[in-house]
Amino acid sequence: MAEKGPDEKQFSRRDFLKTTGVATGGIIGGSLLGGFVGFNMNGDSGGDTAQNGQQDTGGDTAQGQHDPGRIFFHNDAEFETISQAMERIFPEDDMGPGAITLGAPYFLDMQLAGEYGNNTKEYMQGPFYAGETTQGYQSRLKRSELFRLGIERLNAEANEQFDDDFSNLEGEDQDEILTRFQEGEADMGVPPATATPEDFFGLLRSATIEGVYADPLYRGNRGMEGWKMKNFPGHQYQYIDRIQSDSMVEIEPQPLFGGDHNGNGNG
Amino acid sequence: MATEMDKVDVVTVGVGWTGGIVAAEAAKAGLQVVGLERGRERGTEDYQHIHDEYKYAIRYELMQDVSKETITFRNSREQRALPMRQMGSFLLGENLGGAGTHWNGQTWRFLPYDFEIRSMTEERYGSEKLRDDDGYRLQDWGITYDELEPYFDKFEKTAGISGEENPLGGERSNPYPTPPMMKTRILEMFEEASSNLGYDPIMMPSANLSEQFENPDGQTIAACQYCGFCERFGCEYGAKSSPEVTVIPAARETGNFEVRTHSNVVEILTDEDDDSQVTGVRYVDTRTGEEFIQPADVVVLNSYVFNNYKLLRVSDIGQQYDPETEEGTLGRNYCYQIFGGATGYFDEQFNTFMGAGALGMAFDNYNGDNFDHSDLDFLHGGNMAITQTGNRPIATNRIRPDTPSWGSEFKKESIESYTRTLRVQGQGASLPHKDNYIDLDDEYTDVYGVPLVQLTYNFTDQDISAQKYLAEKAAEVVEEMGANEVVVDAEISDYSIVPYQSTHNTGGTIMGDDPETSVTNTWLQHWDRDNLFVVGAGSFVHNSGYNPTATVGALAYRCAEGVIRFAEEGGRLEEE
Repeated sequence: MAEKGPDEKQFSRRDFLKTTGVATGGIIGGSLLGGFVGFNMNGDSGGDTAQNGQQDTGGDTAQGQHDPGRIFFHNDAEFETISQAMERIFPEDDMGPGAITLGAPYFLDMQLAGEYGNNTKEYMQGPFYAGETTQGYQSRLKRSELFRLGIERLNAEANEQFDDDFSNLEGEDQDEILTRFQEGEADMGVPPATATPEDFFGLLRSATIEGVYADPLYRGNRGMEGWKMKNFPGHQYQYIDRIQSDSMVEIEPQPLFGGDHNGNGNG
Repeated sequence: MATEMDKVDVVTVGVGWTGGIVAAEAAKAGLQVVGLERGRERGTEDYQHIHDEYKYAIRYELMQDVSKETITFRNSREQRALPMRQMGSFLLGENLGGAGTHWNGQTWRFLPYDFEIRSMTEERYGSEKLRDDDGYRLQDWGITYDELEPYFDKFEKTAGISGEENPLGGERSNPYPTPPMMKTRILEMFEEASSNLGYDPIMMPSANLSEQFENPDGQTIAACQYCGFCERFGCEYGAKSSPEVTVIPAARETGNFEVRTHSNVVEILTDEDDDSQVTGVRYVDTRTGEEFIQPADVVVLNSYVFNNYKLLRVSDIGQQYDPETEEGTLGRNYCYQIFGGATGYFDEQFNTFMGAGALGMAFDNYNGDNFDHSDLDFLHGGNMAITQTGNRPIATNRIRPDTPSWGSEFKKESIESYTRTLRVQGQGASLPHKDNYIDLDDEYTDVYGVPLVQLTYNFTDQDISAQKYLAEKAAEVVEEMGANEVVVDAEISDYSIVPYQSTHNTGGTIMGDDPETSVTNTWLQHWDRDNLFVVGAGSFVHNSGYNPTATVGALAYRCAEGVIRFAEEGGRLEEE
């Protein structure tokens, strides 16, 4: 099926904005969008850290990535490893930005420091036994511990297979390592009841998708570019006046906080 | 020592749909009612920033804190049951309103066939078809659809349900209180395709109201804005009928109802000298840890399937079901559901992100016994539907079965398919089997030191056949809708507690007309304890091919009538 290229997409969105009279602001956080000018619609408040309550305390990294600071990953190499692993799950390509540009690693960083990383709302009482797949997660490890272990094992596996740390490998080789985790071939260095490579891979995959598409409130989905790629308009008060439209309605997304709350989305 | 509170006429354990209904009716009748709710107070004002998929849908903000209490699960008695450490397959509710806060609002009445499934199946196909020898335990409910109809009618009026007559459903005494929701392009495609195939599509009965409605209790429910955030979310408009905007305020306005939040009931209290009654309940203040005793003339269990069961069991009321001997009734007939569907890939992009929880169309040509089962190796069937509930980006990443689940190909296909795929799905019934039941775990406990409920459950061979059948029928509809490519759901095998399927758990405290095979009579009055009522989806003898809430609501209204009658006259309600 015919897909719109980035340029076409850019045109149609600009056209849409023009015809609907939505004010397009200046370039906000434009540097983080790198080569993806076609997707850099700006004007969105999701990238506007001052408005949406994100902590804008950090500077920019060497790659031009906006750095909001880290809460959980204090070791730069650890953060680099998990960032690259997330990027392989959701890579930058001709569809648009990848996990790193979208800030998904910073999303994960904040999540691991809180309820998610500490499994606060989950039953973590023993005894712990290895179970059937149908019985779900049975490890005593909290997510924060499983991620730390997983990062360590990503590097161990990379060194065993390619004689170098994970973050120093080419994308293709990184994919090979990740596939070994996905398929249960990698060695976690602990009994399966404690952690399996599939457990870690599954968590890495879902956290990446969450970081790409969660509201920008959570530090990922920067500039709502994840939503824009997917045509998801985010927080809209209603669709009652558009839901009977015969064709798909393109709507400029709104974040939960700090958006253009005119009571009507932008439709 | 527990502090003893003043005695009340009625205590409800839990304040969601069933607790709210019983409380409202009893309080309106002049009875003094206390509702014990383990969670906190909540209402429309708490849902002002609800359009947050990550917080509410992925991290289950509104739902039960399973660090405190969960269940254990195994597929069969040969396995060791292990705790459900994270929520997944179903979403347990918590706080005022219970799961009634975060439901979608699809409000179907069960079919006349459901209530008389054993007799009607036997009559049409002969007793072989019941497959008793294979462990299936089909059972009539002890009440007919016609007897329940007034209660369905009452629940629909309370909730203001929007809908239209179903030519394949039971007879109605009244039309739906409000007209159906808006028909969209997606729904029209389904309607045309299913009509072409000879089916009878109708608009789904919806608790997301098509227009503002004032219910008979004087409560106003607002009109749905189609924002696409219903299931797993509360409604910021008060446009989704839920207990907090209907029966709970109605009960409070009488002046006869007190909700006591943060009150977790751990035991039903009995009198050593009188085994025909209960005396009240013991509960823990979840914030202070203090214990209280609430004496009551009538105790009504209004929590979810698992906890209604659990309270009876830990209080030693009734006899636990034993799958070996099949003696005992408490815990039997646990049922769930199966889903057979198909996904169509289209060139056209659709407004898949818009919607409402019960915005959809459906037909019942393959539900209940609306089709001939003579040559089929399963009974019952399912409601076949398309819904436009508002797909959200974290949870909606559809890819073809041979596409990698990560990387560039995944990214491209999941993004493209987000607005270009439509799904039709049959919601399949689940029939009771002697090996599927609930018990009490002997290893794991909740935060109050009470044992966890233990679930032993697997799909049956009828489930597997029905799921395949429904998926194939769904695929024909999707193809007729003009899809370029149709992906049919894979066949099911072992039930897994991990991926979300549905919060339609049923059974364990079933109703009936015979104390040998049920826990309560059809007034939901416990067979052994005259002043104890147990109501909810746990009362279902099997699970139908529909969402359960309308039938739960109808049973709750019948239960409320029973409670009021009992408070006036006492005695056994089935004897008259």
